[in-house]
Order: sequence, then structure tokens, then C-alpha cells
Amino acid sequence: MPFAPRTGGARRRFLLALPGMLALLASPLARAAELLTFDGLYKSNTVLGLKFADRTLALKGESVRLRGYMAPPLKPESKFFVLTREPVAICPFCSSDAEWPVDIVVIYASKTVIPSNFSERLEVEGRLEVGSYTDPVTGFVSQLRLRDAVFHKIKDQ
Amino acid sequence: MRFTRLPLAAALCAAVLALPAAAQSIYPLNRAEILAGSRFDLKVEFPGLVDASTAKLSINGKDAASVVGKSADFIYREDGKDVTSLILRDVALSKAGKYTVEASDGTNTKKVVWNVYATPAKAAAKNVILFIGDGFSVAHRTAARILSKGIEDGKLNGKLAMDELPAMALLSTQGTDSIITDSANAAHAYTTGHKSCVNALGVYCSRAAGSLDHPRVETLGELAKRQGYAVGAVTNSEIEDATPAAMIAHTRRRSDFNDIVKMFYDSKIDVIMGGGSPNFLPQSTPGSKRKDDVDYIGQFKSAGYAFATTKTEMAAAADNDKTTRLLGLYNTGNIDGALDLKFLKKGSVSKFPDQPDVVEEMKAAIKILSRNKKGFVLMVESARIDKYSHSMDAERAIYDTIMFDKAVAEAKNWSKANGNNTLILVTADHSHGVSVVGTVNDDAPGNDMRNKIGTYEDAGFPNYPAPNAEGYPEKVDVSKRLRLVFANTPDYYETFRPYMDGENVPAIKNADGVMVANEKYKDVPGAVFRTGNLPNTGPRGANQGVHTGDDVVLTAGGPGSEKVHGQMENTDLFRVVADALALGKPAAAKAKK
Repeated sequence: MPFAPRTGGARRRFLLALPGMLALLASPLARAAELLTFDGLYKSNTVLGLKFADRTLALKGESVRLRGYMAPPLKPESKFFVLTREPVAICPFCSSDAEWPVDIVVIYASKTVIPSNFSERLEVEGRLEVGSYTDPVTGFVSQLRLRDAVFHKIKDQ
Repeated sequence: MRFTRLPLAAALCAAVLALPAAAQSIYPLNRAEILAGSRFDLKVEFPGLVDASTAKLSINGKDAASVVGKSADFIYREDGKDVTSLILRDVALSKAGKYTVEASDGTNTKKVVWNVYATPAKAAAKNVILFIGDGFSVAHRTAARILSKGIEDGKLNGKLAMDELPAMALLSTQGTDSIITDSANAAHAYTTGHKSCVNALGVYCSRAAGSLDHPRVETLGELAKRQGYAVGAVTNSEIEDATPAAMIAHTRRRSDFNDIVKMFYDSKIDVIMGGGSPNFLPQSTPGSKRKDDVDYIGQFKSAGYAFATTKTEMAAAADNDKTTRLLGLYNTGNIDGALDLKFLKKGSVSKFPDQPDVVEEMKAAIKILSRNKKGFVLMVESARIDKYSHSMDAERAIYDTIMFDKAVAEAKNWSKANGNNTLILVTADHSHGVSVVGTVNDDAPGNDMRNKIGTYEDAGFPNYPAPNAEGYPEKVDVSKRLRLVFANTPDYYETFRPYMDGENVPAIKNADGVMVANEKYKDVPGAVFRTGNLPNTGPRGANQGVHTGDDVVLTAGGPGSEKVHGQMENTDLFRVVADALALGKPAAAKAKK
């Protein structure tokens, strides 16, 4: 009997400690995948071009998260899609990338993308790539990409 | 009755039978009206392979090469296909008259007839300003008049500046492929005098595979420049967009923005202003949309152009007496419309706080172009009347119509003070399905927004505040608003009110490729779902309002405007301009060839 409360107490302490330990385990992961914002990607956005924010350049090659909207894919059965700040209203004559917003981010997903709903806000996590790159299949030119990316719908947005 | 019907039926049968027998195509098409001395490509497309020895091309019965002074390129397998073509690039016919062009493959002959016309020898006008309200329809005009002038005792308190121009005509806008045009072939009709097909600028739509390989016709920008006029194009869309591009471009595909930037550069027209800077930046610059490393801003500067990125820089460049060429790029996308720029500050105004409006662009352009002694040709476009009508954003479209008219007023004033020798043409390129149906009164009983719509005497008058000095009501979300509706729509949520937080996005594509109503507006108080009446799937599935085929109104004043009357083809506008400036002088044309 005298031992019983102690055991119980130890057990209770262990149970109480569990979420804390999980948080400790999780926090380095959260730090690795820093949440970036479309606004924060650039230091300036002018007629003469975009200038990357120092933080964007510092995170080159790192895993980051970004929230936005999937644009309707340029081709089906692809790992490639364009992430935009707002849902894009595609104009009926845009057969090229001519009228895309300038601050888009190209996503190369780890698996073939199955589009669900283009008005749903997504969180994408992937390895940040910075600099001009032309997609060999679509010819789409991008300045920022997330490679090996995974994504999920954001519930309360 | 029988006797008259039978031959008709026989003739119809013969026509139907004759049509599919794959005749050769000849460009320019039958019944083309061609300005004497203007340059064009003559192309013949045979339906199959034809030997060089049997292919014949004649003009008025003579070998075509002897008439135009150069021989045709013979393309045995065009684009690697089993079809033969003949093409004569960059030819001109200097003498006015009927020209019968015949092409034969040895067995079948196809004939077209062109009318080549000369202009008066002497120009009636020194300058031409062509105003294009993109998508600008009668309801926009009526709405702009009500909001910017007001009504008392059943009469408007004033007219729009364009209303007081003396000449008026209805223009039909159809093209070579359809009764409905887009801004490309619609503007092309004005700037070349030739008809073409949807998406095409400065070319006939042939079977060529490459968008830049189609038979070209000379544009107003090129013609005027070649004859010593200063030329300008100013807009609040991206400068590469179809309407301003029609001044200089030759492509089957209007979205060839990077090629169009090069065409602007090659044309050396004097004033170029709008949005759309990313296609001028080398691909290595973040934010560029080019696919090469050409720095077009640098190129323009080297060619002697002043360069402006803000209204302040534009004004400084225009005020400098030495400025005769200006490239102004004020936004990466479209320049914000009047409602956002001046009142709501939505759109990209926070990112680009010092953008000029169309009126300011035009005034700067005139200042620069009028330094050319011979005169100038300027296209002024209010582009977002169309864009906001696509997005079914009535108030933004109306405010941009007010801005458009303000530009016309300023141009009229300038002309009056500067010799009264400027031809001013005000028109649209195509229409939208818009109509003013009454008012919406928030204070009407009940919660159902539909039953707050006033029709007939219940419509009464809207309660916008009196317009400010520029002609805009400073409050758009008043309790009794004008009700301008869209006839041809995708599925959408009708909110019965202005979009105070930014431009409307009525519908979006879902994952199955179907255009569906944008759920963003579902919970706006009073919003109701409206089933659309436009296709919602396939390549022409509509996520917004689309162009209509109604006639558009052309109003005009100044020397040469007397030719504007009645019902005209859109291509006739080009001839009005060519005549006013004597761009196809009989004497000059003779000297050329």
C-alpha cells in the first residue's frame, strides 16, 4: 500500500511528461520546415523585377513550408504544379505562362499530383530551390521551387 | 415559285458540292480592301502536293512575279506535310483598282478579287488619336453618363465628352472565323483594314504551323512610322496585350508576349506605355517572363528611349523638351483601374502606389509625340472596361469608362488649343453582354436582394454623390445603386453589390476541369447562386463573362470624321484613318514602285 501511491505518482508523472517529450521531439522538425509567406519571399517586387529576401536566400536547399493555392495543372499526370498566392482566374486566351502572376512558386511533388479543389488553400512542404529554371517538359520558367514536396489542405482557412 | 426555287436549290447543291473539293486558299482573302502602297504577304495554299512546273499564280492575267516585282517562294512540303504553298513576302500594289488573283495547280483554279484603294493626295488631319475602350458597350456608356453627370427632372446634367463628337456609326466586328471577335483580330481590323481570326494580330490565319509564319499585313503603327509620323500606344493593360500590340505585331497567337516585346522594339514606335514589365526583363532577373537573356529595357534605353516606372518619372520625362521617345512600364501586370487607383486602393495599388491612369499616360504621350513636326498617330486604350466586364465587376468597368471619357475630353481640349487638326475616333473593339436594368435599393422592404431591384418607376434614380472634379462619384457602395447586369455568364454567386475588397472572381475551374461558382461569395449577405448559361467544360469552358457580337459605336470628330456614318465594317475605320493622313497617296505610291 505505501508503494502504491508512489507508483501511481511515477506513472502519472510519466504520462504528464509524454506530450512535453513529443513536443521536444517535434520542435526540431518544425524548425527545419520554416513557414514562409508569399509576401516574405521577396525583399522588393518592382517593375524591374523581384529581389529575394535575405531569409529566402538563407533557406536555399532547406525544407520550408508555404501556403497558397494550386493552379489548374498545365498538364495532367504530372508531379508539377504552380502555387499561387490567390486562386487564379485563368483567362480564356492564356495558352502560355504569359499572364501568370510574377510571384508564383513551382512545386515538384514527390508523387503524381491528383488535383482536388483549386479554391482550397494548401500548405506545401518541400526543399527550397532559388534561381531561374525552365521546366524541361512545359517550358515554364520559375524563380522559386519546392522539390520533393508534400502538401495538404488547410482546414480553417 | 417553283421555277424560282429549283434553280436556287440547284445552285445551292452545286455550291455545297464545290466547297469540299478542297480549293486552294489565297491570302489576302477575297474582297480584301488593300491600301495602295501598303505591304503584305501574298500566300497561296494548295490542298495537296503540286509541282513547281504546274503551279501558276497570276494577277489580272499576268504572272504575279512580274506584277509585284519579286518571285514567289515555292514551298513543296509546308511544315513537312503533303501540301504545297507559294508565298510572296512584303509586296505592295501601288495603283488603285480591282485586282483579280488566280492560283492554279494545273487542274483547279481559285480566284479572289481585291480592291486596292488610294487615299487623297493631301492629308486632311495632322494627327490621329484612336481611343479604344476595350469591350466598351452601350450600357457602359449609359452607366458612365449617369454616374459622372447625374440626372435632374428627367434630363442628364451633361453629356460625356465622346457624346459631343459630331460623327457616329455602328461598326460590325465579326472576323474571318466567327461572328465573335477577341481583342486581337478586333484591334487588328482597325490597325490594318483587313479581317482576321480570333487571337491573330497583323496576319491572316493560314495553315502555317508556327505562330509567326502566317501571311502578314502592314499595321497602322508601321505605315505611319514609315511615312514620318510619330506613333504611340498607351494602355492600362500589359503593353503586350492584344489591343496595343495590334499597332505593330504580326502573330497568329496573341499570347506570344516575348515576341511582341521584340516587335515593339523593332517597330521603334515612339511612345509605349502600360503594364507588363516582366517580358522586358532578361530571364536571369527574378520576376522575368522571358525565355532568353535579352534586356529589352536596356535595349530601348540604348535606342534613345527615356524610361519611366512611375507617374512621377513619366511626367519628368514628358516635361523634358528633349524627350521624343518614351518607354513607360508601371506595373508587372495590368495597371490598376480607376476605382482601385483613386478610391478603394485595392488590387496592386499598395505594391505600385505611383501608377499613372490612362488620362495621365495620354497627356504625357501627346506632349512627347507632338514634338514631331509632321504629326502623330496615338492609340489610347482603356483596357480594363473589358477585363472588369469579363470578371462581371460592373462598378470597376463603369469607373474605367468614366476614365476613358475623361481622356477623350482632354484630347478634345488639346486639339482645340493646337490647331484643331486632330482626328479623334472613339470606339470599342467588341461588345460585352451588358445592360442597365434599373437600380438596387438596400432600403427596400425585406431581406431578399432580388426583391430590392427596382424596375420601371421603382428604379427611380441611384443616390451616388455628385461627381468630383474628375467626374467620379467618390462613393460607390451607396444604398441605391445602378444595376448593370451581365447576360452571358458562368455559374456564380450574385451579391447585388460592388466588390469593395478587390476585383470579382465569379467562377473557377474545379479538379474535374468544370467551371464552378467561386465559393468565396457564397456567404456574402443576400448572395444567391446563379446557374450560368455559358459552356462550363472543354477548351472554351467559361469562368467569366465573354465577348458578344453586338455592333459597337464609333464616335468621331475632327478632320476626316465626316466619313464616319451609318453602319460600317470595323475594317472601314482603318480607311478613315488612312484617308485622313493620306497614307496611300497616289503620287507617293507611284514613286514607290
